[in-house]
Amino acid sequence: MDHNQIIKDVNDIFIDVLDNEDIKLTTATTAIDIDEWDSLNHIQLVVAIEKHFKVKFNTTEIQGWKNVGEMCSAIEKRVNQ
Amino acid sequence: MRTFNELKKNIKKDHTNFKKTRIAILADSASQLLSTAIKGYGYESQIDYEIYEADYNQISLQIYDQRSELYDFNPEYVFINCSTEKLLKDFYSKDKTGQIHFATYVCDKFRSYYEALTSRLRCTVIINTFPEINDRVFGNYGAKTNASFIYQLRKTNVLLMELSQEHKGLFICDIAALQSEIGYHNVFDPKMYVNADMVYSIDILPYIARHITDIILSISGSFKKCLILDLDNTTWGGIIGDDGMEGIQLGYFGQGKIYTELQLWAKQLKNRGIILAVCSKNTDEIAKEPFLSHPDMVLRLEDIAVFVANWETKVSNIRYIQTVLNIGFDSMVFLDDNPFEREIVKAGIPDITVPDLPEDPAEYMIYLRQQNLFETASYTQEDEQRTSLYREEAQRTILQQSFENEADFLESLNMCSEVKAFDTFTIPRVAQLTQRSNQFNLRTVRYTDDDIKRISADPDYYTLSLTLEDKFGDHGLIAVIILRKENEKTLFIDTWIMSCRVLKRGMENFTLNAIVELAVFHNFEEVAGEYIETKKNGIVKDHYQSLGFVADGNRWQLDVAKHKKNYSFITKK
Repeated sequence: MDHNQIIKDVNDIFIDVLDNEDIKLTTATTAIDIDEWDSLNHIQLVVAIEKHFKVKFNTTEIQGWKNVGEMCSAIEKRVNQ
Repeated sequence: MRTFNELKKNIKKDHTNFKKTRIAILADSASQLLSTAIKGYGYESQIDYEIYEADYNQISLQIYDQRSELYDFNPEYVFINCSTEKLLKDFYSKDKTGQIHFATYVCDKFRSYYEALTSRLRCTVIINTFPEINDRVFGNYGAKTNASFIYQLRKTNVLLMELSQEHKGLFICDIAALQSEIGYHNVFDPKMYVNADMVYSIDILPYIARHITDIILSISGSFKKCLILDLDNTTWGGIIGDDGMEGIQLGYFGQGKIYTELQLWAKQLKNRGIILAVCSKNTDEIAKEPFLSHPDMVLRLEDIAVFVANWETKVSNIRYIQTVLNIGFDSMVFLDDNPFEREIVKAGIPDITVPDLPEDPAEYMIYLRQQNLFETASYTQEDEQRTSLYREEAQRTILQQSFENEADFLESLNMCSEVKAFDTFTIPRVAQLTQRSNQFNLRTVRYTDDDIKRISADPDYYTLSLTLEDKFGDHGLIAVIILRKENEKTLFIDTWIMSCRVLKRGMENFTLNAIVELAVFHNFEEVAGEYIETKKNGIVKDHYQSLGFVADGNRWQLDVAKHKKNYSFITKK
């Protein structure tokens, strides 16, 4: 699965979980850029991503991502493992 | 089951016209998502939840501080949600003696919560059982020693169940049972616990929300009363018309175990007060044969209140069952193995519940247990007799069809009624009727046992309970009247409830005579009544008018002196 496909899927998950059709993610997007992306929703996003990509992250990992790019790299790494 | 995300989206949908319900959630873990799930699940059940969510881990503070936001909010329901994770911490903080008496200590804490809450609020309290964590400090020996956490946890659950038996206003959301159905790994998500101090996984939240809603719905009078069974491949394996008595699968024959277990379950439901009915596409005589003489049938004809086997559509047959039983479609569950029939019934009767039985009959029971279809808020002795009461009613219906006029029919029933004020024996049944009657209920005021006790001791109130008996059997207590002295002249009918199974029997006239008699005896000049419309009580819209009351604004009045005793075919016992 390539990087573009992953960010596209992640974008759909963001739209669904945060219930906001206008979200357009780039690798540089951070939580500051999206109103609804608070710590409570972050957890829900992670759970939805894990389910969608059938991967599991560890607890340290999910707190460490600085932006969407890092999140997607982590997904890519797990998916292609 | 809806996903959490779907429930979350429900919140934005239109909740106007839904029943407003105020619930406070006090939790010892982070409860934001739980609140979201409950609020969103309300939409599924047409409830508009107004939720007060206390700050994290403030249970005692909110309950014991009389000026807390909790009391300002004045909830109808308080859900105290405690987690096993916190229980475990609490257990570890105790010394040896404290650990050995841990369960009693926990139970005392909940008793004290309940007493404090109910002394200040008129509310129902919901707590939960603790799902099991076994810390394995003692290995399997933990089940053998009272010093282990697992022993104290299980004992706590038993003590909490006993506590709720002592208090009518204390209910239990059985999260422990939920966990044993779906497993700890599905209930608990370590990531959410560590990062957000939440003890429930996203996927389990809709289930907890549903169970809370099930409890609240049943307390407010909405629950299932009847199970309608299809026969072929639902009640037994195979097709009776083709396979014959020797060919259908029951007991140890073929996959008979599945159907026998389903029948055993249905029989337990019947004993608990659920009315059983049969609706099958079959020839009546052939369909009845197993009930009469198959050695492995658990259900017999006397267990079935209404038996309909013919070649009409299931929709029209279920409608017929509904008219005989006189209960709402929303209180019925229809079980059928055939997806096609199920869809037709769902489309024809939207209010009925039709579980989508799994394709493999081997999974029937595990599926049905998980559905929690038959939530109830009370259980009395009379519940057990319900199927036989409804069976008698079906016999009356058949008799009535043989009479040309109604009066002859009513006279032939030899009806009599016992009329008296509420007493210790009748109070539970009276309270139950106020809680569950929806149709013949003029004002739909719900009372608890304690309320009824208070009312019957209050000199400003007069109460009547009425029974009805006829040649087919005893209906038991079927009408409840609560009268409030408004002033020296006027007696107000606070509550007039009748069981729908005694409609069209002249009971309204007989009851009014009893009310007037009481009013005259206590020197009142008039009796006043009121009709408060709900979604379900349309049948009594013209109740007071047809009894001769005169409209007075929103109320109805009857001049006692002018009232002529109505004729009824019921004699006083």
